[in-house]
Amino acid sequence: MPAECRSADETRPRISSLNGTESGVVKLDGCWSAAALAQPQAWNHVHGALAKLTGTPDRSRRWDLLALERLDHIGAQLLWNAWGRQWPAEVLALKAQRATIERVARYSVGPPPPQRRIAWQGFLGLGEWVHQVAEHARDLIRLVGQLMIDCARLLRSPRNGPWRDVSGNLYRIGATALPITALVGFLIGVVLAYLMSQQLHKFGADAFIVDVLGMALIRELGPVLAAILIAGRSGSAITAQIGVMQVTEELDAMRVMGIAQGYRLVMPRALAMAIAMPLISVWTTLSALLGGVLTADLAMSISPAYFLSALPSAVEASNLALAVGKSMVFGVLIALIGCHYGLRVKPNTESLGQGTTASVVTSITVVILVDALFAVVFKDVGI
Amino acid sequence: MSSAANDVTSEVAIPGNVVEIRKLWSMFQVAGREIVVHKDLDLTIERGELVSLVGGSGSGKTVMLRTILGLEVPARGTVTVLGKPAEHLSDAGAASRVGMLFQHGALFSAFSVLDNIAFPLRELRTFPDDLVRDAALVKLQMVGLDTVHAHKMPADLSGGMIKRVALARALIMDPPLLLLDEPTAGLDPDSADAFCALIRSLHRELGLTVVMVTHDLDTLFELSTRVAVLADKHMIVHGAPKDVIAFPHPFIHDFFLGERGQRAMELLREYPFAV
Repeated sequence: MPAECRSADETRPRISSLNGTESGVVKLDGCWSAAALAQPQAWNHVHGALAKLTGTPDRSRRWDLLALERLDHIGAQLLWNAWGRQWPAEVLALKAQRATIERVARYSVGPPPPQRRIAWQGFLGLGEWVHQVAEHARDLIRLVGQLMIDCARLLRSPRNGPWRDVSGNLYRIGATALPITALVGFLIGVVLAYLMSQQLHKFGADAFIVDVLGMALIRELGPVLAAILIAGRSGSAITAQIGVMQVTEELDAMRVMGIAQGYRLVMPRALAMAIAMPLISVWTTLSALLGGVLTADLAMSISPAYFLSALPSAVEASNLALAVGKSMVFGVLIALIGCHYGLRVKPNTESLGQGTTASVVTSITVVILVDALFAVVFKDVGI
Repeated sequence: MSSAANDVTSEVAIPGNVVEIRKLWSMFQVAGREIVVHKDLDLTIERGELVSLVGGSGSGKTVMLRTILGLEVPARGTVTVLGKPAEHLSDAGAASRVGMLFQHGALFSAFSVLDNIAFPLRELRTFPDDLVRDAALVKLQMVGLDTVHAHKMPADLSGGMIKRVALARALIMDPPLLLLDEPTAGLDPDSADAFCALIRSLHRELGLTVVMVTHDLDTLFELSTRVAVLADKHMIVHGAPKDVIAFPHPFIHDFFLGERGQRAMELLREYPFAV
């Protein structure tokens, strides 16, 4: 019965049609198995020869398979297709070979029709898309409402809250993000200060670097930069975590035990984000300012002492409050969007990847949208 | 198998046994401690056998399957599969040497049923699409599934269907060796019986060598021509089912001669094939 073939030379599948005395005999030998046929040379030889033979149909041709070292289902399929899916007049084959070909013959049916996409389905797809967007919005609102209810529950009995989850998430989202946010903040501070120093120098307005840099970093760039970094870093992690729990049915297990998902999964993450995000935002702003101060000193000879003494009068304290408040909102939004997409993951790998991507893209977009909203609403504050 | 001439061919073609394990040691680092799973384990599996691997939980059955597949590297000793060291098994073209049915199917969730089955064949990048599709459809029907399931996604299949599709995928290149990890776990009795019958018929028709890990005594007695028992970190006995049952060892006594074992033993009388 079929097994592996012998050494490489002998295993090469061959096909030859004999002429002369034994005209009309097609002799196959070598190893007609998937692995041997997949060699490009062998495939070209066999495929070419079969195409030539079937190009001149001759039902009286005799097929001799007795010398075959091995005939597996791929080889049999190839032969069967070449025979036009019917037995030729004469086939010399071993019983096992015949059985293999018969099995292939029995199961060789036309492929099932693929699901065709027609215009009507495209139209329906559009409606589906609208429904989906509406569903996303509804789910998100429900998540916000659930978070409020959960927070009320926490306030009623704070001693029974999931504090371990909160502190664990606080560490993962906040503490471990400190190095990367500091590095990025510092570099942005250096770049901004350097670019501005050149422009300001042209107008002889060197001293205004404090106002420009202070305002830009504290009010806008610090919080937004931190939020974008955290959205990419922790938003994706939240989606992946909850998504994998969905795939492995851990979420169903929680539900069966009567443990509220919102209270144990969503709220701790939202709380941790709400606490960590403002802190990280302040931290990022500080390191960006440090970069700015150093660059101002080196490029414009504005001493750090002057910079720090001029900063409080250049930037009102209300800006700091605004930045912290904004960051808190960003944090909660990132956590909710991460959880939202995580809970929607279906049990397959593709859906997990899509969910994580969608989560990061959505949370960054939402952060920038909400930031613009803040800029409009608070345009009279601190400027 | 069916003709003398053909049997001679395969006899010449195969050097030695399908699987040869010599003095295998498997070790793992768990929390800084070294845990020895196998110690001087020997096992020889001959062509055409249907071997069941039996052992208690944590006795290292799955580790052994993974070692045979080359997914785990032995700490000591040699594992030879089809005349080659097992480490080289997962090189290119592995699908034509060995097929593995993972416990949960391990179907690619992003592919349809047909694409899952055709995947190893398509990756060779030689065969035209229609041949690949035909071959995959043949295998799909050989494992007893209808072609209407061809375009379904794995997430839409039942447990029994997932196992069948995974089996079809394992067999797409007609490998001479098939490994099964808990083939009937998680199937209802009807599906389990049907799956056993399927494996037995494939084993007979395709001349496969099958190694399976199972806890299910019904499956074990229905299918195996030989049973290998893994206990005390090595193979305590390897032989025909009735010889294994007679072997004096506490594990064998508990496993086969307990209440569940007695019930399954009834099958021995109904299925003389196994003994």
